[in-house]
Amino acid sequence: MAGMERKPYYPPDLRYTREHEWVRLLEDGTALVGITFFAQDQLGDVVFLNLPPPGTRLTHMGKMGEVESVKAVSDLFSPLSGEVVEVNREAVEHPEVVNADPYGRGWLVKLRPSNLQEMDALLTAQEYEAYIAGKG
Amino acid sequence: MTTPTPRDTFLAHARRLLMERSTPGRIGASIPDLDVPPQEPPPAHLVRDDLPLPEVSEGEVVRYFSTLSQMNFSMDTHFYPLGSCTMKYNPKVNEEGASLPGFAGLHPLQPEETAQGALKLMWRLQTYLCEVTGMAGCSLAPLAGAHGELAGVLMIRAYHLSRGEGHRKVMLIPDSAHGTNPASAAMAGFRVVSIPSDKEGNTDLSALREACGPDLAGFMITLPSTLGLFDRHIVEVCEMVHRAGGLVYGDGANMNALLGRVKIGHLGFDVCHLNLHKTFSTPHGGGGPGAGPVCVGERLLPFLPTPVVRRQVIDGKEVFTLARPPQSIGRMGAFHGNFGVLVRAYAYIRALGAPGLRQVSQDAVLAGNYILARLQDLYHLPYPRRCMHEVVLSARRQRARGVKALDIAKRLLDFGIHPPTMYFPLIVDEALMIEPTETEGKETLDYFIEAMRQIAREAEETPEVLRSAPHFTPVGRLDEARAARQPDLRWKPMPSGGVAPGG
Repeated sequence: MAGMERKPYYPPDLRYTREHEWVRLLEDGTALVGITFFAQDQLGDVVFLNLPPPGTRLTHMGKMGEVESVKAVSDLFSPLSGEVVEVNREAVEHPEVVNADPYGRGWLVKLRPSNLQEMDALLTAQEYEAYIAGKG
Repeated sequence: MTTPTPRDTFLAHARRLLMERSTPGRIGASIPDLDVPPQEPPPAHLVRDDLPLPEVSEGEVVRYFSTLSQMNFSMDTHFYPLGSCTMKYNPKVNEEGASLPGFAGLHPLQPEETAQGALKLMWRLQTYLCEVTGMAGCSLAPLAGAHGELAGVLMIRAYHLSRGEGHRKVMLIPDSAHGTNPASAAMAGFRVVSIPSDKEGNTDLSALREACGPDLAGFMITLPSTLGLFDRHIVEVCEMVHRAGGLVYGDGANMNALLGRVKIGHLGFDVCHLNLHKTFSTPHGGGGPGAGPVCVGERLLPFLPTPVVRRQVIDGKEVFTLARPPQSIGRMGAFHGNFGVLVRAYAYIRALGAPGLRQVSQDAVLAGNYILARLQDLYHLPYPRRCMHEVVLSARRQRARGVKALDIAKRLLDFGIHPPTMYFPLIVDEALMIEPTETEGKETLDYFIEAMRQIAREAEETPEVLRSAPHFTPVGRLDEARAARQPDLRWKPMPSGGVAPGG
């Protein structure tokens, strides 16, 4: 079940988009991208992911794929420009991990960012929480 | 192991698939003795034996399907407030008309002069639909609503191409639209740009103004919108699109709210489709057949799909023929549309007449607003203004108690009510889109309202009852996520004496 009984959480070391993606910079210079607790909670059970294959060039807040839940299909947007280096096979084969562990095993793509200044345009955990509180 | 209840045993028995009821060697029909020369069977390499067919008696087949139909929800058995689908009662006299031998026995290839009655009916229906929409021409060819949309946007493309303006590639669509709108536009080669709605649920005029560039092909809008609201800016919207050289497409899915009141051609629309299976009471069901006729203004007349029925008077006698408009986008399918559906819609229009059609929209809008007025204290109303034929509520308040729109929909099944449309339009959180239609009496509406009020109380007091609903249906809460992740669509023989996986 889609995290109904769990408390929302927004790790402070991530940056967030208004489209409900998160991004985590890794030490090797790559970055992981996923969807937030709020997003998976709103979507309900995720049943299908359409993600860009490695080598795809993504642009800051450009469309990067789709997430399908029992409710609807939604577009995914890339928080940063860069090139996809890996897709999370586990999430593609078992989309329920996106609900179960959105910031951990449920990451979607790993990319090599080309412009880290774009991080400044993203929200901090605190700003993102205030943003979704305004929507709720 | 606990002893099963009679109900458990009954349900396990009743749910067996036809294949599971098969008995080797059982035959459902007696075949008469051969009275023609026997023919050679097909060559062995064309014969397959890997297609198991159920071996059952006629009685078993009838009982199987009758039982299934009793487990089902339908217009003839249950209140069905499925928003945007206009599940109104389908008068049985429509069926009588469609079953008349002169209609039911027609062959689409028979000479036109032997089918003048059928062609006359089609011509009259075209004329009535033009009258309803205030348009100049109509083709009955499209076989469903989205098929009508495709015909409409293909006409818009053909129009721009005929004027040497093939660069007009952008189709604007509001963010409240049915998903079929962007799909139809994309299929016709357009680039879709979404236009936001303003706080009142109308088209955001400043966003529209900004999007009306030199590459504008058109704007597709549903009126009233999928929020059940009449766009107060609609005339301005049409003018703005026309000034930029675009055409306006009207999705007629919600025409039930406008029948006999508003002619959308007079508002400035250039083309629209009508869902005969919504507004004009022909059956939905089993995925069809439907009908999505397209109506157009003067500018698009030459591009209508083939065929349209033409009427001429020769020697004082009416003659009807199937014609191809001069710059037609071509055929939308084989032959002349879903003719049986056209007969049903014609029967409906003739039975009601103009005053009856006006009353349809009046009663549909009244019913929608009655539900709004009696539920807005318990359910969040995202756009607090008078609605048209349907009302979109949000289960936001219930969500705070851990109850989702889905749970409310499932609980309605326990009341013998088909759930409303859920989670649509996408711009409303936890949406419940309720369309009662004009064919329900006040007693039915009151019963639905009482059910919804009871469910709102349950959300406060016993939310777990809602989260596990339905409780009184033959099948309980289905695992929709598992059904989507691991679809099991084909019957497979069981290992041997085993029980089918998943039951």
